Amino acid sequence: MSFTNLIRVAITAILSNKSRTLLSTLGIIIGVAAVIIMMAIGQGSKESIRKEISKMGSNVITIRPGADTRGGVRQDPSAMQTLKMSDYESMLSGLKYVQHVSPEVSQSGQVVNGNNNTVTTVYGVSPEYLSIRLWKVQEGDSFTDEDVRKNTKVCIIGKTVADELFPDGQNPIGRTIRFKNIPFRVVGVLKSKGYNNWGMDQDNLMIAPYTTVMKRLAAQNYFSTINVSALSEEMSEKAINELTQLLRANHKIKDGADDDFTIRSQQEIMETMTTTMDTVTLILVVAAAFSLLVAGIGIMNIMLVSVTERTKEIGLRMSVGARGRDISRQFLFESIIISLTGGLIGIGVGYLGSWVAMLMSLPASVPLWSVLLSFGVCACIGLIFGYVPARKAALMDPIEAIRYE
Amino acid sequence: MEKKVVIELRDVKRNFQVGSETVHALRGVSFKIYEGEFVTIMGTSGSGKSTLLNQLGCLDTPTSGEYYLDGTPVKNMKRSQRAVLRNRKIGFVFQNYNLLAKTTAVENVELPLMYNTTYSAKQRREAAIKALQAVGLGDRLEHKSNQMSGGQMQRVAIARALVNNPAVILADEATGNLDTRTSFEMLVLFQKLHREGRTIIFVTHNPEIAQYSSRNITLRDGKIREDVENTNILDAAEALAALPKPQDD
Ligand SMILES: Nc1ncnc2c1ncn2[C@@H]1O[C@H](COP(=O)(O)OP(=O)(O)OP(=O)(O)O)[C@@H](O)[C@H]1O
Ligand SMILES: [Mg+2]
Repeated sequence: MSFTNLIRVAITAILSNKSRTLLSTLGIIIGVAAVIIMMAIGQGSKESIRKEISKMGSNVITIRPGADTRGGVRQDPSAMQTLKMSDYESMLSGLKYVQHVSPEVSQSGQVVNGNNNTVTTVYGVSPEYLSIRLWKVQEGDSFTDEDVRKNTKVCIIGKTVADELFPDGQNPIGRTIRFKNIPFRVVGVLKSKGYNNWGMDQDNLMIAPYTTVMKRLAAQNYFSTINVSALSEEMSEKAINELTQLLRANHKIKDGADDDFTIRSQQEIMETMTTTMDTVTLILVVAAAFSLLVAGIGIMNIMLVSVTERTKEIGLRMSVGARGRDISRQFLFESIIISLTGGLIGIGVGYLGSWVAMLMSLPASVPLWSVLLSFGVCACIGLIFGYVPARKAALMDPIEAIRYE
Repeated sequence: MEKKVVIELRDVKRNFQVGSETVHALRGVSFKIYEGEFVTIMGTSGSGKSTLLNQLGCLDTPTSGEYYLDGTPVKNMKRSQRAVLRNRKIGFVFQNYNLLAKTTAVENVELPLMYNTTYSAKQRREAAIKALQAVGLGDRLEHKSNQMSGGQMQRVAIARALVNNPAVILADEATGNLDTRTSFEMLVLFQKLHREGRTIIFVTHNPEIAQYSSRNITLRDGKIREDVENTNILDAAEALAALPKPQDD
């Protein structure tokens, strides 16, 4: 039988039993929609993580003291003191792929202005920190290298801190606030970044010269982090190599010995997160895919019933010259059309569901490949689960089939 | 002039295994049927008529013996080859019509040609319309099978058997479900086809029908008991005219 005839015969058969067809497509519709929604949420989350991270600077490289602790080994406290002033200073010149460098020391504690107080973290950094982390000063100014040299007690405050300490809309610029009883003069207020994806308030911070924080607050001569920005995202890898060599030389680490510091690019952090997202998505999609399997079995069941019901028709077709393969194709086409129709509707429902998820402020974006994949999977389901019924039909004996009542 | 042999059976046997028992449905049947013959096959119930017709129609294969259809040996053919043979050389008419439900007359008649890819959709339809006109249903093309009388359905079935221009038309009790009058209408039709030169094999219980054919084969217990030419073929049209009119009852 020709292709167009096959399709016509299949569609006629499908339409002659609409309610049954609807029921057998229902499973596919639900399964495909579930897969698409899961993938959309997975993809959406990944995209929003990526956006979040690029807001924090996609070319950022973070250097921390101590060996790579991803293995989970506890380290000697002295191992956490390996990033020294000399390391920072050596990075300021002679590196080809590095744009900005800023050391970092942080302290958490209460900050007070008159009767108002809040708990925040003060980051001791150099002025370049703002460029690295893409902070903008909205009011006032940044502190200067001069302030760093002189350990001036000045600070820039985040929007949240400003709102907490100056609730009546007073201008914080020029005012003095106290962090752990040390007075800091406010020179600037940062432009708000809002909450990040994990619900953290990114505006609850103070930024001050690292020299001030080290001397007045932390009383330490090592850094907890050195923040670096590569010339571009693509050059992160090269910058990391450069920094690794420099630090190994500084720390006189012998060939073959482990680093006493850890360098991570923002990209790596992003990859770790997206990998986790991928795993979660995969688990969800597999769960949804099982419903497709069940739907396929449903189609097979209904096709088997249909083959038995139409035994006489099969016998008649055979008696006028249908070959086994004509008959099996007829039923295969039927099951494929059923599952593809279900798939198409399921894709539509999936889009709708993703849209609803977005309305509920879940990040969701339907990846095109998941649509194509679902479509392909449906075709396969029709083929695989239609095979058994189609074969049963094809192997019927024409004489017995035509006598069947 | 030597007539062309359409069907040749040589000592055809067909056994069925029912549990541990063997049923000998055909115990060695041999005959030749020539082009243009109208053969009736008679015999008591269980004598093997349907089994024989299934052999002739390539729906089944002999346990032993040879069968040549239009010169082609059928016995060792594969299922799919026999299907093609049925499609091109045979027209089958069944006792209970066997039309596709909820399908129009034309579509039913088109069915065999659907499995013949050498026909285009247009040719298929034209052939179907021609066949329906030949059985006098030119005005019932779009009627669905459930909107027709038994006689009309059987005509559609006959048109379907004609549409592929087969070497032989096989009918198994084609008038068995019809009343006397309609049966005669069918006979008129078969006689018309016979006059047009078609080869017809007609299985029946009704000895009267044998009088309208050109040859009659009688089976008993899977063997041929009698095989006679009919030199005095009655005209079914006359018989039909002689029947009491329906309004006279
Ligand atoms: N598929 C089968 N399996 C087993 N036995 C069969 C089968 N088909 C036919 N037979 C047997 O073969 C014999 C001939 O059957 P067949 O149907 O040919 O008879 P028939 O002459 O057509 O009878 P009727 O006039 O009642 O239709 C019967 O005894 C029947 O039981
Ligand atoms: Mg019979």
